Amino acid sequence: MAIKGKAKMRGDVVQVKVLMKHIMETGLRVDATTGEKVPAYHITEATCYWNGEEVFRTNLGPAVSKNPYLSFKIKGPQVGDTLNFTSIDSKGETDSGDFIVK
Amino acid sequence: MNLTNLSRRTVLSWFAYLGALSVIPSQLFAAWPKDAFNSEAVNDAISELYGQAPQDSDRVKLKVPEIAENGAVVPVTVSTAIEDVESISVYVEGNPNPLAATFELTPYAVASVATRIKMGETSNVVAAVYANGNVYTATQEVKVTIGGCGG
Repeated sequence: MAIKGKAKMRGDVVQVKVLMKHIMETGLRVDATTGEKVPAYHITEATCYWNGEEVFRTNLGPAVSKNPYLSFKIKGPQVGDTLNFTSIDSKGETDSGDFIVK
Repeated sequence: MNLTNLSRRTVLSWFAYLGALSVIPSQLFAAWPKDAFNSEAVNDAISELYGQAPQDSDRVKLKVPEIAENGAVVPVTVSTAIEDVESISVYVEGNPNPLAATFELTPYAVASVATRIKMGETSNVVAAVYANGNVYTATQEVKVTIGGCGG
């Protein structure tokens, strides 16, 4: 499952928009049938690389909405460059996606 | 003179010094800042992250809706004209653990980020910007008609 995203050149700044797929369980929700709290399970970290170099990183807590949306801006990458985006969740599961700057 | 002993003592004192140096704010580490995410108050989380007390600044621009119909998805945008920003973080005062997310900016990054967060109830949302060893904040209230937690 790849992370979806877009990277668009606006002037000399690249606007990156990312949509990750994750349940982002808070650990506070109570399961209606068992009456027990559903354990927290969420993406903890996501990083964006350009030519193998980190350009942006985020730490996420369980209070980030389900299927986290992220938007950020970077300077440096040019049209045609590829950005690599990776995420890891609290169970150590990873996901990634490549976005070409347009 | 016992040079061997002397140098050993010197070396040991260096290690003690290194130990003291390791008590630095967690934001300098790449690992997920667990203590900050577990903090139960906004200012506790801020000092866990940046080792600093915040100051209000109108140079921090926080964009949130006045009224959120659905607390499970509240859009938040933070931007600032402050230079050399190293980190931006977002807090919900009324959540059990206020810290929602941190954004670590490299010199390539422009200080403008957006995401969507959950809010359990009507409360203040705080954006913090860390630059040049200072923490600047902006606060705005969001009225929530349906909570995003529990359920």
